[in-house]
Amino acid sequence: MPVKQITVFLENKCGRLASVARAIGDEGINIRAFSVADTTDFGILRLIVNKPDRAYEVLRNGKFTVRMTEVIAVQIPDHPGGLADVLDLMKEAGINIEYLYAFVTKVSGDALAVFRVENIEEAEQLMIDKGIKVLSGEEVYAL
Amino acid sequence: MAHYWNKEIECMPREKLRSLQEKRLQQTVSRVYENVPFYRDAFDKIGLKPDDIKSLDDLKKLPFTNKDDLRDNYPYGLFAVPLSEVIRLHASSGTTGKPTVVGYTRQDIRSWAEVMARSLSCCGANKNSKIQNAYGYGLFTGGLGVHYGAELIGASVIPVSGGHSRRQIMLMKDFGSTILTCTPSYALHLSDVMKEMGVSKDELCLEAGLFGAEPWSLNLRDQIEKRLGIIALDIYGLSEVIGPGVAVECPVKEGLHIWEDHFLAEIVDPETGEQLPPGSYGELVITTLTKEALPMIRYRTRDITRIIPEEGCPCGRTHMKIDRFQGRTDDMLVIRGVNVFPSQIEEVLFRISHTEPYYMIYVDRREQLDELEVWVEVSDEVFSDEVRKLESLEREIRKEIEVVLGINVKVKLVEPKSIERFEGKSKRVIDRRSL
Repeated sequence: MPVKQITVFLENKCGRLASVARAIGDEGINIRAFSVADTTDFGILRLIVNKPDRAYEVLRNGKFTVRMTEVIAVQIPDHPGGLADVLDLMKEAGINIEYLYAFVTKVSGDALAVFRVENIEEAEQLMIDKGIKVLSGEEVYAL
Repeated sequence: MAHYWNKEIECMPREKLRSLQEKRLQQTVSRVYENVPFYRDAFDKIGLKPDDIKSLDDLKKLPFTNKDDLRDNYPYGLFAVPLSEVIRLHASSGTTGKPTVVGYTRQDIRSWAEVMARSLSCCGANKNSKIQNAYGYGLFTGGLGVHYGAELIGASVIPVSGGHSRRQIMLMKDFGSTILTCTPSYALHLSDVMKEMGVSKDELCLEAGLFGAEPWSLNLRDQIEKRLGIIALDIYGLSEVIGPGVAVECPVKEGLHIWEDHFLAEIVDPETGEQLPPGSYGELVITTLTKEALPMIRYRTRDITRIIPEEGCPCGRTHMKIDRFQGRTDDMLVIRGVNVFPSQIEEVLFRISHTEPYYMIYVDRREQLDELEVWVEVSDEVFSDEVRKLESLEREIRKEIEVVLGINVKVKLVEPKSIERFEGKSKRVIDRRSL
């Protein structure tokens, strides 16, 4: 059920982000969502793409430091307080969020956010129990 | 039980060994004075006569020999015998300019085989052993050095030389090789290739390995021992002195025995040339005691180690031990008055990442203060998608290096392959200080 996320290590150097985007773009891989976390020396690029296994291979062969991690894609009702409600649920369940970021695309009128948590299964089950839609990897890649 | 090749010599009482050394030192000094103009001039310049060397305490009166002296006298200028007596020539790689040429008489080849036989016996070699010799054969002394020692023992030598890793592993498996000899980095590489080929260590008959020709860390030893299921010992040598077999680690694994009946060792301060007492780290200096073709008087090896101050090794050998090498005088950096060796930083990185690290050390001077910055490539093993974890990795590396070196450093994580790869000897330090 979890969604595969591609993570790439980037030095803070001009053109590094462009070269990652180009490498996967040339392979016809489409980016669904991404975020960049940065420090003074380096950055971490996180990507959700339509073909994660292929993207991993391409970047690996392109000599990038790359890692595949699992995240969950949660459908968030698109109204004021929608995200707050979801976050409250996680807080009450004691689920610690490492980071999250949003999709550009909407799914049936709802917003979509990527959550990285320690215990993915627990978080997923919680969402389902509370009636919040969680998208599977296949659903996300096919967006 | 300890396994000796020549028990009488290897376990000779110290006093007897000392008088043998004194006798041989006097012979060597007279021989070079008679036969090598370079040494005669050097002795005359300081008013030294061979007769002035009466005991080992007089060793410090002798002038040093440097690698440049070999280059300046290229190719045969330092030979002490006519070429008709020389039956073998080897040469160093000569990364800068001309190589250094070394020659051997028939007796030199015998002495070399003897010290190599002792060294191989240290890791358990006997006439039933199958020794896969993956050191390069050719001008480099590694291949033939091991070869002659192994033959003297009567072991079956597999002279496979370096390279062709998949074939090496096939032979190792099919021939049932029991001892592997090569550089430690090549041994590690072979274990990687085994993994690729799906060959497990249990399919091999390997028992031990004798690895040398480059400095290696204790961590690397652990890796090799675990992956190949062997005991891995360190062997030291240099072509200017004889080749491999100058010193070797015994199974006690607490230092390398120098074969003192052939090689006289001392430790000196690399800056001043003053002799240092046992226990102090400094540059290893070797005087050959039996070499005929190319005797060396106080040869500056540029290798940094110390004499281990101890009375008698548990293995029974009486020859003194030197510690594992800290690095080379050429690599030594003086940062804010502290001696720093790239190998110390490498040990830390290995301990943290569990893989052979790629790194580069940058030294700068800002406002009269030396700054050390270590760039480390982020491997897939240590990479994380969380900033927090990478920052704590950076911090851990910094703290560990600071503990080992005792000075502050900066650490920067960089992308893989952003640090240049080198064929052969790698360059790990870029000193940008303008003094």
